[in-house]
Amino acid sequence: MYTQGLDQKDKSAPKREQLETPEQLEAFQARIDAEEKIEAKDWMPEAYRRTLIRQISQHAHSEIIGMQPEGNWLTRAPTLKRKAILLAKIQDEAGHGLYLYSAGETLGVSRDQMVAGLLSGKAKYSSIFNYPTLTWADIGAIGWLVDGAAIMNQIPLCRCSYGPYARAMVRICKEESFHQRQGFDILRVLCAGTAGQKAMAQDALNRWWWPSLMMFGPNDADSKHSAQSMAWKIKRFSNDELRQKFVDVTVPQAEFLGLQVPDDDLVFDQESGHYRFGEIDWQEFIEVIKGNGPCNRQRLGKRRKAHDDGEWVREAARAYGEKQAAKAAA
Amino acid sequence: MNKNDALLAYALRLGDNALILGQRMVELVAAYPELEEELANANFALDYIGQARMFYAYAGELEGKGRDEDDLALLRDENEYRNLLLIEQPNGHFGDSIAKLVLFEAFYLRQLEELVHCADKRIAEIAARAEKEIRYHLRHNTQWLIRLGDGTEESHARAQEAVDNLWRFTGEMFAADEVDNVFENEFDGPDLYRIREQWRETVAAVLEEATLAMPEDAWMASGGKAGRHSEHLGYMIAEMQYLQRAHPGASW
Repeated sequence: MYTQGLDQKDKSAPKREQLETPEQLEAFQARIDAEEKIEAKDWMPEAYRRTLIRQISQHAHSEIIGMQPEGNWLTRAPTLKRKAILLAKIQDEAGHGLYLYSAGETLGVSRDQMVAGLLSGKAKYSSIFNYPTLTWADIGAIGWLVDGAAIMNQIPLCRCSYGPYARAMVRICKEESFHQRQGFDILRVLCAGTAGQKAMAQDALNRWWWPSLMMFGPNDADSKHSAQSMAWKIKRFSNDELRQKFVDVTVPQAEFLGLQVPDDDLVFDQESGHYRFGEIDWQEFIEVIKGNGPCNRQRLGKRRKAHDDGEWVREAARAYGEKQAAKAAA
Repeated sequence: MNKNDALLAYALRLGDNALILGQRMVELVAAYPELEEELANANFALDYIGQARMFYAYAGELEGKGRDEDDLALLRDENEYRNLLLIEQPNGHFGDSIAKLVLFEAFYLRQLEELVHCADKRIAEIAARAEKEIRYHLRHNTQWLIRLGDGTEESHARAQEAVDNLWRFTGEMFAADEVDNVFENEFDGPDLYRIREQWRETVAAVLEEATLAMPEDAWMASGGKAGRHSEHLGYMIAEMQYLQRAHPGASW
């Protein structure tokens, strides 16, 4: 998931790209078409490399920033079991970030560079994490809807043409699907609970439904780079295809929970076998991407503060390492 | 105090120490400077929450009033918690957290090593599992304290200040009260005097390698084991218990 910003225009045009010959590009495309995996040391077009770096680093950043909205309820989790499950989930996300950064590093960019991009605000992360978690039910909604949408996006990525990314995604998908079940379970219990608990669950669905649909990115007609990513088999399905699939799977789950999806236009179309749903507020999506979501500043501010507060610690570790190396050399 | 009361009190204390320290570590999630440390902290916190659950579940059984782990963890008042003052102290900076963990875990590991051989089977079983976890924590946290102490001038000063500030809370770990004494005598429990000697040796060696000075033993704060806490605990508990208190009787 977490790759909506993929569709931004790429401004850099390095010199290496100018040296690429049509024969090289053709041979590369032939490998892709034959479903071969591209590995780190293989030749690849510069634009392919850049696209992947952008996508993988955004994905990694999303995992790291995504720890914050869930971490917001960690100290207040209602039972020790729920606390432990949530903690394990957040730990998984840190782990996902770690191996996604590693996958990114195989493309010739360092983790420090990627993190610097996040901290400077230049690199994006999934817009969904700029929404606040206001009640405990939001933790359920994130697992059910946000991780659910992520899985829709990520399962095809297990077959992505770039080997290291595809392999990282296999493991991530397994864990995400566990997270999704946990999220659904939180809501299932709330919906079977007191009136106050059920109201909490409905309120969470009301707030998280539309932002979850936005996670799939702009409509296909407005998605500029999708075609190239599809040709390179980084992407296997279009934004709208995945969004439709998500709605089709999720609406019956909401019905099972006894919750109302907050969309007056939502209707099941017998003929196509799909749910038709209302228009997404793309202006809201654009504003959140631009930095005007409810929590953009807060999320990035917290990450920056953690980074800055840790500077003396990193310096200490470096200094200690140098001292030890000097001792060993003496 | 009879044997059974001491056993219950002892199990609760172990649970309270694990929970309160785990909760402090949970407060730090998503705020660590390095991803690897983020993972380590979450992992260690998870160990503590897991230990708390096991100790509380057993305490609930011993008490026999139908209270489960969550009743004990989330529905008692502040003065019913019996954790050490050391571990309820606020997190402060990274050096404060690391110093706190090293000082506590150098004690806790010894305590668990003894408990593995105690006469109560359940406590011994939980301790056997916890011991493996805490041995690894202590090794990790010790390596950090050494890096901070023997790193830069700034990190050295911060680490020394952290150790100095927390030192006054270390005495309580070894100040045996009735619960400790009855547990030691009736269940072949830890000898706190001996643990103190081992702890001093461990801590002295770590501080030396970290080029940090061992503080003089002066006045020592106490009260946690008797339910008299610092002001910090009340806020932590209010936050931790919020949902249970706001929705009495609800299932989660």
